[in-house]
Amino acid sequence: MADFETPELDDYTRTPGLAPGAMAHSQPFIAAPDHQQALGFPGELVDDWHDKAIAKFGELLGKYRSLRVYMDICVGCGACTDKCHYFLGTGDPKNMPVARQDLMRKVYRRHFTLAGKWFPHLVGAEDLTEAVLDDWYTYFHQCSQCRRCSVFCPYGIDTAEISMAAREIMDSIGKGQKYCNEIIGKVIKTGNNLGIPQPALAATLADLEEDIEEETGVAVKLPLDQPGAEVLVVTPSADFFAEPHVDGLIGYAKVFHQAGTSWTLSTHASEAANFAMFIGSYEQMRQVAERIRQAAEDLGVKRIIVGECGHAWRVAYSFWNTLVGPFDFLDPDYPAPQHICEFTHDLISRGALTLDKSANDHMTLTYHDSCNVARASRMGPEPGGQFHYPREIIKAVCNNFVDMAAETIHDGTYCCGGGGGLLTDDLLELRVKGAKPRMEAFKAVADEQGVTHMAAICAICKSQFAKVMPAYGYGMDKIVSLHQLVSNAIVLEGQNGEDDDPEDDAPAVEDSSDE
Amino acid sequence: MSYQLHGSTFESDEEGYITDISLWNEELADLIAQDEDIEMTDDHWEVVNFLREYYEEYQIAPAIRVLTKAIKKKLGPEKGNSGYLYELFPYGPAKQACKIAGLPKPTGCI
Repeated sequence: MADFETPELDDYTRTPGLAPGAMAHSQPFIAAPDHQQALGFPGELVDDWHDKAIAKFGELLGKYRSLRVYMDICVGCGACTDKCHYFLGTGDPKNMPVARQDLMRKVYRRHFTLAGKWFPHLVGAEDLTEAVLDDWYTYFHQCSQCRRCSVFCPYGIDTAEISMAAREIMDSIGKGQKYCNEIIGKVIKTGNNLGIPQPALAATLADLEEDIEEETGVAVKLPLDQPGAEVLVVTPSADFFAEPHVDGLIGYAKVFHQAGTSWTLSTHASEAANFAMFIGSYEQMRQVAERIRQAAEDLGVKRIIVGECGHAWRVAYSFWNTLVGPFDFLDPDYPAPQHICEFTHDLISRGALTLDKSANDHMTLTYHDSCNVARASRMGPEPGGQFHYPREIIKAVCNNFVDMAAETIHDGTYCCGGGGGLLTDDLLELRVKGAKPRMEAFKAVADEQGVTHMAAICAICKSQFAKVMPAYGYGMDKIVSLHQLVSNAIVLEGQNGEDDDPEDDAPAVEDSSDE
Repeated sequence: MSYQLHGSTFESDEEGYITDISLWNEELADLIAQDEDIEMTDDHWEVVNFLREYYEEYQIAPAIRVLTKAIKKKLGPEKGNSGYLYELFPYGPAKQACKIAGLPKPTGCI
């Protein structure tokens, strides 16, 4: 463990006293030259980095009108100052969203406004010095691009977009971040963030099928590269690898099984995540998304369903169509793309799943809204579906559900502390401290209402909580996948213990099925 | 970063994962483990050896569930769970055990 103290949890989240420079030491590892070059970025900091950075900045201002508006429009009202979980967890004033933006804004003023060119000292304009660049690298890697601050900004300034632009500029001069860039390279090479080759993926899925059959007595399949399947499921590769993610994957498989819908995973698109969004690279984002489109066309599926991954759902829901669309080869009767929660929610509302809620009676659940799902996407046709669908699913499969405090959920949700490309060991202190507001909200319902577990629908959130909850005194198994709860509750036809004849694989006749 | 063993230098990345995995040997594993404050027991070695076998076959570390299943077969049901693996490797069986086994660090949302 790195050398730092886990903050004490309060009864509720208080605005901390200022601790200037408290996180000045926190920087992620720099990307190695081969990770940079694989993505078309310079291997290391280029000699004329200053001029190149300013030129890139100018290019982005021309390309993204929003960026120029965000640079110009802030009036310094301060509404955002106490809204960032990293500020609340660290007290470092540079983690106030306005201060983070100002790191870029002062350079903008110096080079792109008349007043800043002539009277820099009067308008808070500053040159992009080595020290400023260093601050950029430090503090734009202390923004998880969760966009909570933008909800409270009266002008809607989106700090996520600013931090994406800053990272894009830094990549273009050879100062990229190891964690993100190594991973994007792996997706392009092997199809997923983990770098799982096809034989390993096939063996892992076969192994899971074996486990499910051993446990339930039912042959539930996890098909891979199955042409002609109805649905292509793209899901974060953590679902194949980590816990509790894999329990969610098993849940999807059981839902498809009971729905009688044919589905497949794809080797070529064995990753829903798209880390290119975190570094603001449109071209990398397009390439990563294109793999999914290509897999869907090659396999001839009619629908694409996205598994439990927060930012993947943002990319899919908000960007796929313009990035790699149109998806006119898919069945127009279904949303393209569709979220696994939309799929399961629909089945539940039609009574098409057989559920035994008591299977989750050993837990009292709360639900963590993942930032990208909550603030950058939707589910279903109605506003707010992204908040209601997951909760309605949980309530349909669990008897005990309690929401955390209103200001910490829905579009006011706190980031888990590991989003936006920060889920890396070299930022562990930031991750632990950034989780403090969420942990305080969790502690309140744990202490007062007996909540034992928290469900989430994002691979990053799940890994982050599994890592940081123990620092706050909660077991790593307190974070669960939403579809893990579904998996526990679902009663498959012919399942062991469901009828009197557990040895027999014959389908049960007791319950009516969905057809 | 690097490790020194019998006068030879073994290069590693910033986090202590050795860069040339073909140079791994058991003594080096002991040294990496020491650095991680882990005293290698037979159970630790079961995990490390399984990781290496799996990696040799698939060029990737096994999923945590695959690992727990394998350990269950070798060491018995009471040890075949991720809780036990975290007892052996407190920083996480995937990452810490891979480091000791000389394998690349698993990356992604894990």
